[in-house]
Amino acid sequence: MRKVSGKLEINSNVHVDPQLVFKERKKPSFYIGRTLIYIILIIWALFTFFPLYWMFISSFKDANASASLQFDIIPREFTLDSYTYFFQFNEEVWRWLFNSLFISSVITLSNVLFAAMAGYAFAKLRFPGRNTIFWVLMCAIMIPGQVTLIPLYVLIINVFNMSDTYAAIILPSIVTVFNVFLMKQYLTTIPSTLIDAARIDACSEFGIFRKIILPLAKPGLAVMAIFTFVGQWNDFFWPFLVTQSNEMRTIQVGLASFKFADSTQFGPMMAGSIIASIPMIVLFFSLQKYFLQGITIGALKG
Amino acid sequence: MKVRQFLRDFGWCYVFIAAPVLVFLAFTLYPICSAFIMSFQKYNVLQSEWIGFDNYKHIFTDPLFGKAFINTTIFTVATVPVNVLISLGLALLIFKLGKKAQTFFKASFYLPAVASGVTISLVWFWIFDPMPEGILNQVVHLFGINNVNWLGKKDIALFSIILMTYLGGHGAGIILYLASLGGIPKTIYEAASIDAASAWSKFRNITWPLLKPTTLYMFVTGIIGSFQVFISIYLMTGGGPDHATTTIAYLIYQHAFEYFDFGLAAAESFVLAFIIVIVSVLQFKYMGSDVEY
Repeated sequence: MRKVSGKLEINSNVHVDPQLVFKERKKPSFYIGRTLIYIILIIWALFTFFPLYWMFISSFKDANASASLQFDIIPREFTLDSYTYFFQFNEEVWRWLFNSLFISSVITLSNVLFAAMAGYAFAKLRFPGRNTIFWVLMCAIMIPGQVTLIPLYVLIINVFNMSDTYAAIILPSIVTVFNVFLMKQYLTTIPSTLIDAARIDACSEFGIFRKIILPLAKPGLAVMAIFTFVGQWNDFFWPFLVTQSNEMRTIQVGLASFKFADSTQFGPMMAGSIIASIPMIVLFFSLQKYFLQGITIGALKG
Repeated sequence: MKVRQFLRDFGWCYVFIAAPVLVFLAFTLYPICSAFIMSFQKYNVLQSEWIGFDNYKHIFTDPLFGKAFINTTIFTVATVPVNVLISLGLALLIFKLGKKAQTFFKASFYLPAVASGVTISLVWFWIFDPMPEGILNQVVHLFGINNVNWLGKKDIALFSIILMTYLGGHGAGIILYLASLGGIPKTIYEAASIDAASAWSKFRNITWPLLKPTTLYMFVTGIIGSFQVFISIYLMTGGGPDHATTTIAYLIYQHAFEYFDFGLAAAESFVLAFIIVIVSVLQFKYMGSDVEY
């Protein structure tokens, strides 16, 4: 096929519809190749889908007997017993969901605000120490979480006395350096002339930020918000460390506690996993475009 | 008056960056310094005792840390290159398709990544069910293999965790590779076609070198991630059986939050960070020597 496209360049002054040329010259081997590609991709996609599918169908099986039941790829029974069981296992399940929603929302909002502000300053404002401060902050991205983990734990739990509070979970993540980096990258592309024009019109610095930067940064902020929200919803380790009481758990921590309470109740365990995943899956399907764009923003521009 | 002038000129700028700077000082810089001091102490919340290099000495003589290091290395070597190759292979295949099919496969491969580590670990915990009714055991039974205790047998447990990473989790890598494949100018391939280059030679001489920055990025982030693997170990094996799946990150967790030996755990975390930095630098040196940014 590549050869055909080479000839196409030479013939292009004849004004033949290139689409037409392509269609006429497609060999049967092209279709065989295409079919093979589709087959490989679909089989591999099915493999990667399988755990989710398995989670899904298992959650509709009988709660108590599921461990010893026949394993069917196509479900033969449909019951919500496992869901009932999961919600009865702990009366705080709704609270866990609310906690996850609340914590993820607060962290997302604060990240959007603070990362946009700092990203704007690093991208568009000039002040003494700008580059030094930026690169010192960037070092934080490269430090593995384990290094800061223990003193951070001591600080939050013993010094601030925040054990078992929302603040303990939220505070260390109110703005991440990675998000500041993302926003700096994104806002660098905004033309400075707009900002200068507003400054000449005697717009205040915060006014510029609110009226010009925020609206222009919306697509970038949306991507950042989605990834922050999903990341926080799925986070396990830190909420697990700093919460003790049943009602302060997030859904991920609660789900893990179910596993340790009863590691043979697979039906309800899968029901709980579905409950924990559904909000993210719905979010993914409704905002698919942003998800698929967003991954490349941080990696390729860096 | 100079101060007032300075504040009027630049005050806003510092207000704008205040939040991340404060978070950095309080939750990154202070903890690092504190962890460094801790690593030379027998740490106790009320009264810490200075013990010099004892924690570090302990690490290098502790057979368990050696074991965790070997496990982590095996896990990294077995997962990262394979998963980068899988992502690259799938991306190359998807890239040949039309726009709509590309979007469809991108979404399909990315979807499993929105499920949390906890849910993925739990479902695999069940797939690996050691009973004959376990789904994976039923599958291998079709090939005449007897019941396997996937997570409970010393020689197999780590392999099972590795296997789990092969199926799923390539979504982000595929999308990154597709983005950089799209960035390679078509004219290069056309020029190669005129010179009658084979498909393999085009891949080796054009695609692979031009994808190198992406590959390097995937290797570096992949290795950093796999050195810190925790959730699947914690939920599926608890580091067992007989420490066969204890990784460095899991060991740090155990020493810190099960035995409350903060000093030792802090020292271990510095050793881990040191390993990660060395590996990353080596990669940039050897893989990144001809990469332009």
